[in-house]
Amino acid sequence: MLEMRGITKRFPGVVANEGVDFTVRSGRVHTLLGENGAGKSTLMKILFGLYRPDEGSVHLEGTEVEIRSPADAISRGIGMIHQHFMLVPTLTVAENVALGLGGAWGSSDLRPIRQRLVEVSERYGLEVDPDAFIWQLAVGERQRVEILKALFRNARILVLDEPTAVLTPPEVTDLFTTLRQLRDDGRGLVFISHKLHEVMEISDEITVLRDGRIVGNTVPESSSRESLAQMMVGRPVLFTRTVQHHDPGEDRLVVRDLVVQGDRGNLAVDKVSLSVRAGEILGVAGVSGNGQRELAEAIFGLRPVESGGIDIDGVPAGSLAPKAVRSKGMAYVPEERMRDGVIGEFTVAENLVLVDHGSPPYTRWGFLRFGAIKRQCTKLVQRYSVKTPMLETLTRSLSGGNIQKVVIAREFSCGAEVLVVSQPTRGIDVGAAEYVHEQLLGQRAAGAAILLISEDLDEVLQMSDRVAVIFRGQIMDQLPRSEATAMRVGRLMMGLKAE
Amino acid sequence: MSEFFTTTAIVATLASGIRLSAPFLIAALGESVGQRAGVLNLGVEGVMLIGAYAAYNTALETGNVLAAVFVAILMGVLMGAIYAFITVVMHAQQGISGIGIYLFGLGITDLLFQKQVGTPKPIDGLQSTSVPLLGDIPTVGEIFFRHNALVYVAYLLIPVVWFVVNRTTFGLNIRAVGETPEAADTLGVSVTWTRVSAILIGNGLAALAGAALALEIGIFQYNLTAGQGFIAIALVYFGAWRPSGIMAGALLFGIVSSTVLQWKTLGIVSGSASSFTAMAPAVLTILVLVVVSRRIGQPSALTKPFDRSD
Ligand SMILES: Nc1ncnc2c1ncn2[C@@H]1O[C@H](COP(=O)(O)OP(=O)(O)O)[C@@H](O)[C@H]1O
Ligand SMILES: [Mg+2]
Repeated sequence: MLEMRGITKRFPGVVANEGVDFTVRSGRVHTLLGENGAGKSTLMKILFGLYRPDEGSVHLEGTEVEIRSPADAISRGIGMIHQHFMLVPTLTVAENVALGLGGAWGSSDLRPIRQRLVEVSERYGLEVDPDAFIWQLAVGERQRVEILKALFRNARILVLDEPTAVLTPPEVTDLFTTLRQLRDDGRGLVFISHKLHEVMEISDEITVLRDGRIVGNTVPESSSRESLAQMMVGRPVLFTRTVQHHDPGEDRLVVRDLVVQGDRGNLAVDKVSLSVRAGEILGVAGVSGNGQRELAEAIFGLRPVESGGIDIDGVPAGSLAPKAVRSKGMAYVPEERMRDGVIGEFTVAENLVLVDHGSPPYTRWGFLRFGAIKRQCTKLVQRYSVKTPMLETLTRSLSGGNIQKVVIAREFSCGAEVLVVSQPTRGIDVGAAEYVHEQLLGQRAAGAAILLISEDLDEVLQMSDRVAVIFRGQIMDQLPRSEATAMRVGRLMMGLKAE
Repeated sequence: MSEFFTTTAIVATLASGIRLSAPFLIAALGESVGQRAGVLNLGVEGVMLIGAYAAYNTALETGNVLAAVFVAILMGVLMGAIYAFITVVMHAQQGISGIGIYLFGLGITDLLFQKQVGTPKPIDGLQSTSVPLLGDIPTVGEIFFRHNALVYVAYLLIPVVWFVVNRTTFGLNIRAVGETPEAADTLGVSVTWTRVSAILIGNGLAALAGAALALEIGIFQYNLTAGQGFIAIALVYFGAWRPSGIMAGALLFGIVSSTVLQWKTLGIVSGSASSFTAMAPAVLTILVLVVVSRRIGQPSALTKPFDRSD
C-alpha cells in the first residue's frame, strides 16, 4: 500500500539515509532493524512529513505523493508513535487525543471523544483513563495514549519507533497482542527495534539498515538472531557474556533509608536502602522516571538528601559536595552524558582532564601544563579506544559511543573504587556498548564496587551480581542473579509484588 | 489617619481601586494568552502606550470614544503582527525583542504627541455609567457598579479569556503549543498560527488597556503608563497563568494605588513620605516576583522558539 523509493537524506556531516527502498503492506508487520544512528527514525520522519527527503519519492496506493507536514501525513492515513512521546503532559488523555481534531474556533466538547476513546480502548485492549493527566501516567500508559491518538485519526499505516524500549517484558507482551490485532484489521505496521528476540517474534518481514543503507531484506523464518545481528552490526556479535563468579568483599557503598526530593518537590526517592560490596555490580532496574536519576544524583552529592544516610567505606558521605565525594573515592557516569558528562564545546583533551585539571601534574602555579595533559590524554584515548581525529576535536562532534568512552576514560582512570554508573549504553552503538560492558567487568574484577542504574533490563540482567528493582522511588525487592528472570523483574518494575 | 477610616473614604478607595485595576487586568489577561502559547512579550508597556496615544488622539480629533477604542485595538494588533513576525517567524529571542517593542512604543508615542498635539489638551474621556438597579444599592453599588464601560469590559474579559483558553479548540491548541509544541505539530496543529493568533490577541488587549487608561484620565503625556505594562507581566506570574489569579493580583495593585492616592489627597502622607508611598506599587511588584518565583504552572515552552527541523 505504501512504497518509499530511493530515499536519500543528508544532514550536515552525515548521510542518514542513502537510496533506501521500503514498502509497507496492509496486514503485515514490517520491521526496520538497525543500530542506534542507522537512520531508522530519519526514514520514518520523512514518511511522516517531519523531514523532506533530498532524493527519492513516496508512493501511496501506486500514486506518487508529496508529504509536506505531519498534518499531510495524518490526512493520508499515516500515524506515527514517536521514540520520544509527543504528548502534552499538562493536558488530559482526552484532550491530547482531541488536539488537532477540531476546527480552529469550535468549542471543544470532549464528551463524544471520551466515549469513542472508551470504545476503541476496549476493542484493542488499550486501557487508559480518559480524564487522567498525562503527567500522572506511567510510561506504558502514555504509549497506549499515543497509539489511541493514531487510531483516532484512522491511521491505516502505523509506524512505531522503538516502542518497546521503554516497556517492561509483560507490557511488551500486551503491546504485541494489540499490534497483532491491528495487523489483522488490515493495517500496515512498521515496527522499529534493535532487540532481536522481539523482532523475531512480531515481524512478517525484516529490513536491516546500517549506516543509512539497506543491508538486508528477510523474513523471520529464514533468519536467526545471530544472522540478524551480523547484518545489523556488520560483524559477529557475542550474545552471552560469561561473567566470572567471584566472592565479593566488604561493603563499600551503603545507602540507608535515603529520602530525596524530585524537581517538583515530589518524593522521588522513598526510603531506599542499598549496599554495594567490593568486586560487585548491583544493578538497579526500573522503568524510566521512578527515581533513578534522583537516587544517583543524591549519592553523588548533586541533589540534597532529605533524610537517611550514605556511607562510603563506613564514613558518612551524605550531603557532601561532588568534589568531596570524589575525594572519598567515588566516580560517576551520569545518564545525560551531553549535559552532565562532558562539556560539548570543550575539546576531547579538556574533557578528559576536567576532574583533575586543577591539581598536579596538570597545573603548576595556576597555569595549565599542556605537555602533561597531552601525554595523559594520548594514553587515555589509546587505552579506551576513543575514536577522535585529534585531541583538540570538539567533543560534541564525536558519536554518542565515543563521547561515552571519553566519560568512562575520565571516570575509570581516576583511581575511584566506588562507581555510580547511570544508563551507560543508552543510545550508543553495539560496538561501543560491548566495550563499556567490558570496562565495567574489568573494574569489577579489579575490586570496584559498582552501582549500575539502567532502564535497559537486558543490560541489568546480563551485568549484575544482584538486581534491585525500583518503582515509585521505592526498592520493590532485591534478587540474586540466579533468581532474577526477565518476567519476574519485569513484574516488579510495574510495581507488582510476587503473586 | 482617622480620616481614612471613614466609610466614605473607604468606599471611595475601593471604588477607585477597582477602576485603577482595569488597565492592569486587561493587559495581564492579554499577556497570559500569549504566555500560555509559549510567547513572552516584554513589550506590553510599549504597546499600552501606543494604544493610549492612539485612543487619545482619535478622541481628540473625532470626539468619538468608540472610534478611539477601535483605533487603539487596531494599532495593538498591528504591533502584535510585527512582534509575531520577529519572534515566531524569524525565531528571534523573545526577551530582547520585547524590550525593543517597549522602547519603540515609548519613543514613537512621545514623538507623535510632540508633532501632532504639542501642548497637552484634555479630551472628554469615558463617563461613568451606573448599572441600572445594581448601581443604586448603597455602598455595594458605589463600589462595584458606577464605573466607565471599559472597567466592566475588563471584568467581563475574565470569564471570556478563561472560556476561550479552557473550553475551545483554539484554547486547547494554545495550551498544547505553549507546553509541548512538537506534540502539537505532529498532530497537525500549526504552531506558528496558534502563536501568532495568541500574540495578536495579547497585543490587542494591551493596546485596549492603554486606551482604558488614557480615556479614563482624559489626557496623554510622555510615559503615561509609568510601568503598568511591566506590572501586568508580573501579574501573570502572580496569578499563575489563571484568569482568577490575575484578577486577584490586579485588584491588589489597583487598591494599593488608590490607597496611596487617597492618602495623598487626604494629606495623611505628605512631602518625602508621599514619595515613599508612591513607590508602593514598585515594591509590591518585587515582593510579588520573589513570592511567586517557584513558577508552578509556567508553560514549559515559554520563550522557546519552535522550529520543526531541529
Ligand atoms: N535533525 C538532525 N540533524 C543532524 N543530524 C541528524 C538529525 N537527525 C538525525 N541525525 C543523524 O542521522 C543519523 C541517523 O539518525 P536516526 O535516524 O535518529 O537513527 P536511528 O533512529 O536509527 O537510531 C545519526 O547519525 C544522527 O546523528
Ligand atoms: Mg531512532
